Amino acid sequence: MNQSRSGYPVNQDSIRQEPRLLAAGPDAGWARHLDTFGQWEPQAAGPGLLEVLAESGLTGRGGAAFETWRKATATAGTGRKGLFAARPVVIANGAEGEPLSFKDRTLLAHAPHLVIDGLTALAAALGQTGGRTSSQAGAGGTSMYVYAPAASLARVKQALGERPGGRKIRVVQAPETFISGESSAVVNMIENGTALPTDQRRRLSESGLNGRPTLVVNVETLAQVALIARYGAQWFRQAGTATDPGTRLVSVSGPAPTRDVVLEVPGGVQLSAVLKEAGMDPGSLSAVLVGGYHGRWVRPADHALTPAGAPGRAVRPGAGVIHALDLQTCGIQETARILNYLAGQSARQCGPCMFGLPAMASVLNRIAGGETNPRLGSELDRLGRLVSGRGACRHPEGTTGMVSSALDVFAADFRAHLSGYCTGPGGVAA
Amino acid sequence: MKTYLHIDWTSCDGRGLCSELLPAVLDRDDWGYPVARGKVGRDRTDVPLRDADRDAAQEAVFLCPRLALSLVERAAPEAGQRTPGRTPGR
Ligand code: SF4
Ligand code: SF4
Repeated sequence: MNQSRSGYPVNQDSIRQEPRLLAAGPDAGWARHLDTFGQWEPQAAGPGLLEVLAESGLTGRGGAAFETWRKATATAGTGRKGLFAARPVVIANGAEGEPLSFKDRTLLAHAPHLVIDGLTALAAALGQTGGRTSSQAGAGGTSMYVYAPAASLARVKQALGERPGGRKIRVVQAPETFISGESSAVVNMIENGTALPTDQRRRLSESGLNGRPTLVVNVETLAQVALIARYGAQWFRQAGTATDPGTRLVSVSGPAPTRDVVLEVPGGVQLSAVLKEAGMDPGSLSAVLVGGYHGRWVRPADHALTPAGAPGRAVRPGAGVIHALDLQTCGIQETARILNYLAGQSARQCGPCMFGLPAMASVLNRIAGGETNPRLGSELDRLGRLVSGRGACRHPEGTTGMVSSALDVFAADFRAHLSGYCTGPGGVAA
Repeated sequence: MKTYLHIDWTSCDGRGLCSELLPAVLDRDDWGYPVARGKVGRDRTDVPLRDADRDAAQEAVFLCPRLALSLVERAAPEAGQRTPGRTPGR
C-alpha cells in the first residue's frame, strides 16, 4: 500500500486490513480478550479519553457518522450545568433493526468484552468531566446499559458475568423492529417498555433516560473507543484516510457465491474492492445498496465508502450495509419490496410517515407491477418531497432518500416500465 | 437566538387548525397535516419563524387541540448537529 507523507495510506483500492475489532478470534471470552488486547482497566481510562477520541477522529458506526467526541462532550457538558448535576447515562446500542445488517450481532457474539470496555471507559470519562467520584454506582457515577436483541443478550450477559464489575451494567432487550435502534426509541424502551421514537424537542444529551443526560452509542463505536483508549489516536489513524480514519465493519450480502459476510475495512476504501473481497465480481452486478434501507443505490464501481465526500465519488456507509443486486434482479421490484417493508415499519405515530410512506409504496408497486401511466413517476417524486423532514424520527427522509436514489440509478428501467416496455428480468439496467 | 415553531408529529392529528391560523407559514398536505411552506428537511419539523409570524404562531400554540405545537428559542443549530441519532439523513 502506498503511504502518503503523513503516514496514512493513500491507495484505498487495497482492502487488506489486519483484524482489529475481531482480533481475539471467534467467541472470545474474558481470558482470550485479555491475552489479545492486554491487561487494562477501563475505569481508569476515563481522564483524557474525550481528547484522545477527538484526535482519533472516530465517527459513530451506527449510521449518522457523527463525531463521537462531540456527541460525548455534549452529554458531559449538560450533566455539569445544574447545582445538583444529573448523573449521565451511557447506552451501548446493539439493536440492528435493519434486516441487511449483521455486523453488530457478529461483534457482540465474538468480541463482547471490547464493547463493554468501551462502554465502561466512556462512562468513566463522562463521570469524570462531571466531577463525580467513582464511589457512586458504575463508572464515575454514570449509569450503563447494553441494549440488544434477544439473540445477542445471552452472550452479553455471559461476558458481563465473566468480568469484574460487570454486574453494574444493566441489559435491556431490544425488539426486532426496524426503528428499535433509533436513539429516542432506545431510551423510550428502557424507560417505558415501548421502542417507539419520541418527539425530540429536547435533546437526549440534555434530557434523556429519566431526565438524565443520555448518550446512546452504537456497539461497534464502543469497541473502537476501547481500542483507541488502549492504543491511542495515532494507532487508530494508521488505517483509513486522514478524513475517514480507522476501520469499520461492514455487513456484505449479495448474489452467490457470497453469503452474508462481515468484513473489517479501512475508511475511504473503494466499494468495488469491498465487493471483490466478499467474492463478487463488480461487473456482474447491476447495482449496490449502500448504507441499508435508509441508504442509497449506486453503481458497483467508482465509489469510495466514506461518510464525507463528493456525491458521485463517495457513498456514505451509514450503518455499514452493502447489499449487491445481480443482473437478473429488477431494481425497481427490489426497491418496491424494501419500500413496502419500510412503510409497514412506520411506527404509525406521525401522520406524514403513517400515510405518506404507504402512499409512496402503492405508487411504486403500481410501477413495478407494469402499470404504464407516465404520471406515476412524478407522483412518486411529489410524495417523497411531501413526507421528508416531517416525523419524530428520520424514518421519512431515510426512506425517501433511498427511493430517490433508485429513481436515479434505475432511471432507464423506470422510463421503460412507465412507457410500457416489459424489460424482463434484470431490466434495461442489465 | 432564533424562534422555531416545533411540531410534535407524535401528537398532531392533522385537523389543520394551525394552517388556518398561520396561512403564510403552513400549508396542509394530502392528509391534512401541516407542511411548512418553502422549507425543506428538518426545517419542516422545527420551522424557523420570521418576527412577523410570531404572534400568530403563539396563538396556534395555545389553540392546538393536541398540544402538538411549541415555540422553541435557540441558537441556529450547526448543520447535522440537531439530532445525532442513528438513522442517517441524506
Ligand atoms: S416518523 Fe414514522 S417511524 Fe418515526 S416516529 Fe414518526 S411514525 Fe414512527
Ligand atoms: S392544530 Fe395541532 S393537531 Fe391540528 S394540525 Fe395543527 S399541529 Fe396538528
